[in-house]
Amino acid sequence: MAKILAVDDSVSIRQMVEFTLKSAGHEVVLATDGTEALDVAKTRSVDLVLTDVNMPQMDGITLIRELRGLATYKFTPMLMLTTESSPEKKQQGKAAGATGWIVKPFNPDQLVATIARVIG
Amino acid sequence: MSIDLSQFHQSFFEESSERLQEMETALLALDPAAPDEELINTIFRSAHSIKGAAGTFGFTDIGEFTHLLETLLEEVREASRTIDDDAVSTLLESVDCLKVLLDAERDGTDKDHEQIDTLAQALRELIEGEGAGGDPAPVTDEGAAPAEPAAPDEACFEVRFAPHTQLLITGNEPIRLIRELGRNATATAQVHPATIPAFASLDPVECHLAWTIRVQGDVTEEAIREVFEWVEDECDLEVENLTAAAPTDANDTKDETDSAAAPTPASEAAPAETPVESAPETAVAEPSATPVSDPAPAPDKAPVAEKAAKPAAPTDAKKAAPKAPASASAPSKPKETSIRVGIEKIDDIINIVGELVITQSMLSEVGEDFDMSRIENLKSGLVQLQRNTRDLQEAAMRIRMLPIGFAFQRFPRMVRDLAKKLGKQIRLELSGEQTELDKTVMEQIGDPLVHIVRNAVDHAIELPDERTASGKNPEGTIHLSASHQGGNILIQISDDGRGLDTEKILGKAIERGLVDPSEASELDESAIFRLIFAPGFSTAEAVSDLSGRGVGMDVVRRNIKELGGSVDVHSELGKGTKITISLPLTLAILDGQLVRVGDQIYVVPLVSIVESLQIAADNYNRIGRNGEVYNIRNEYIQIVRLHDAFGIPTSSDDIMGKLMVVVEDNSGKAGIVVDDLLAQQQVVIKSLETNFQKVLGLAGATILGDGTVALIIDVEGLIRLSKTTPHKTPRAASTEEPAAEGGAE
Repeated sequence: MAKILAVDDSVSIRQMVEFTLKSAGHEVVLATDGTEALDVAKTRSVDLVLTDVNMPQMDGITLIRELRGLATYKFTPMLMLTTESSPEKKQQGKAAGATGWIVKPFNPDQLVATIARVIG
Repeated sequence: MSIDLSQFHQSFFEESSERLQEMETALLALDPAAPDEELINTIFRSAHSIKGAAGTFGFTDIGEFTHLLETLLEEVREASRTIDDDAVSTLLESVDCLKVLLDAERDGTDKDHEQIDTLAQALRELIEGEGAGGDPAPVTDEGAAPAEPAAPDEACFEVRFAPHTQLLITGNEPIRLIRELGRNATATAQVHPATIPAFASLDPVECHLAWTIRVQGDVTEEAIREVFEWVEDECDLEVENLTAAAPTDANDTKDETDSAAAPTPASEAAPAETPVESAPETAVAEPSATPVSDPAPAPDKAPVAEKAAKPAAPTDAKKAAPKAPASASAPSKPKETSIRVGIEKIDDIINIVGELVITQSMLSEVGEDFDMSRIENLKSGLVQLQRNTRDLQEAAMRIRMLPIGFAFQRFPRMVRDLAKKLGKQIRLELSGEQTELDKTVMEQIGDPLVHIVRNAVDHAIELPDERTASGKNPEGTIHLSASHQGGNILIQISDDGRGLDTEKILGKAIERGLVDPSEASELDESAIFRLIFAPGFSTAEAVSDLSGRGVGMDVVRRNIKELGGSVDVHSELGKGTKITISLPLTLAILDGQLVRVGDQIYVVPLVSIVESLQIAADNYNRIGRNGEVYNIRNEYIQIVRLHDAFGIPTSSDDIMGKLMVVVEDNSGKAGIVVDDLLAQQQVVIKSLETNFQKVLGLAGATILGDGTVALIIDVEGLIRLSKTTPHKTPRAASTEEPAAEGGAE
């Protein structure tokens, strides 16, 4: 049971992630892009950030970089949801401070299993 | 955990349609010569988002197709490729194709694989043509190619894991990694406090430990390395296979940095542009789930396996195109329609309902032990109730209101395609897209608008040469605008084309027998323009495949009439044409003027009323035997006696001093003689056709506050009706007919 901030600009993905994580017993906070997520993250603390990469306003990599800069998110696991298979994107994410990534498309079981790896 | 993904499909379809619309809009706005970065980003993001979600929800065809789009767009975005007009066209076609695919998935109908494959091929050619090599082979990922031979049940590995000092600051924890190793096997870890610095110089966020972990069980080296995938650059990792009967796997001691990320040249790995990229990557799969010899990473990814087989022969994609098994012959499901409503509209309603509840409790308190002293309370409660009801009604109506931009959004694309086909240069300007109108009205105005815009493109705007010759900008402009005017919405379609030629129109109208040659000279300009709406009239000199589809402007006008609207045209030869459509905001409610005729009450739509006046003998004129006209400020208008039109008995035939309501319609003005003017109020329209039949001169019926039924007058129909049943003098005032029958001829 962890409090998870899930960030994605796609409604359907957000719904799926929320439903899946809640079914797995987690608490979920949603945001639709990096800017909104950053605001949410500043006003409350979460145990894990799960973010899409390509989003309007602020992308996931920038979000991760911004969050890592905050004292409260220094060690918080942050996972990118990405369709980019190119190593560069992952490297960019790592450089920004991402803990790891989940490659889209993913199914609910994969999502829950991956999250189990970085919490607790 | 089993989660039924189909519950998210509806969201996916809606969202994807919106994305496609965004893509189309952005593509149309894109200037290939100087592509706007933000537009490219929008287009890319849309494709990207559809791809990600499509894959997740198992729509492999869509995912596959959008991957091609995305690859192409990525190159454009990275500026490693230029984009030209043809590429934009191909992208637009791809958007169309995706729309079809989405519909097919939603309705469970067959997909047109031929079209998909043709387009996919065109995209591949675009990608290969220029950016070849720039695209990193996305297919081959470590997870996709389990090159590892079948592992024995009991394998044993020694993992030497030495994190770099910075490992912790990405949120990774050695302990979690070790725990993960032990998830499906037995892991025994031994820590090496090798390089812990002196306490004084110890930075608590740095990691100075190293571990040796012995993993025993049903594991593969592949699975072990996968656990460390996220930290491969932040640690030194060695995996040694200690299994006695270790199969020949040379990778044992190889450094992780190259083995994990290297593409695997496995046989099913496809050429660079194939769309399977992310699917097989099992970064998140349970280590034990890593299959041994099957290219599909996990059993629930069966469609991916199918897909993996396909790109092996990208040039011969047709035969390999996999078919979603369920879609083959499934009957088409009824479309679920939904609208998005802004949360503030819902909040409004909740608010009003709250007030309604307060009013209700106030009234019931008044009613509890009522006596005349409380009549004032009752009155004010009723006033409040009236206000609440009206507010609630308005708020509820607003839910159905959508910005007209939804109806406009198809035009940029349509105009672009038509103009290209005709060799014309046309710029489409839109304004007032935020103007809201009822969803039903919007759905029904779509086709008439298409027809008018198509006409403008096809007939009104000249070819560039012709425009230049007449001193105009070679690029023609069509302007679509919407605005509110009272209770109506005005939609204007104006162009700067050749304009309407009154002589030509008149000539054609006479030729078609629409106008009597003897009357021709009496028609003024606007009357001539209105002829284009007459049935059987078409100004197109040759029937073109664009406009001349047998649907004329008469159908356009009829459709608009049926919506309770009107259409008008203004034109100046050589300068352009402006068509103005006026529509009611909603079909359900009408602002009406209640009038009394005999003992009947009728409702006249307020929008058609110009003025009301008392008939004065000086201005009354009789024309011929049956015609009556009235002179209002030197304009002669026809008099319509409702008594006659609807066969209502009247005490006196003399109309002098009576009231006349002057109404205006497309066909002109008319004065309706009534006995009394009553209140103005909003009435809810009930259709006559549903329960009875269409009656000329009547638009419907409504129920008044006292429960009586009042008929709503259709002004245009009434004018026509009165022409066929002229007032006869002296009147044979005897037959008593029910009101409706007078019009049922």
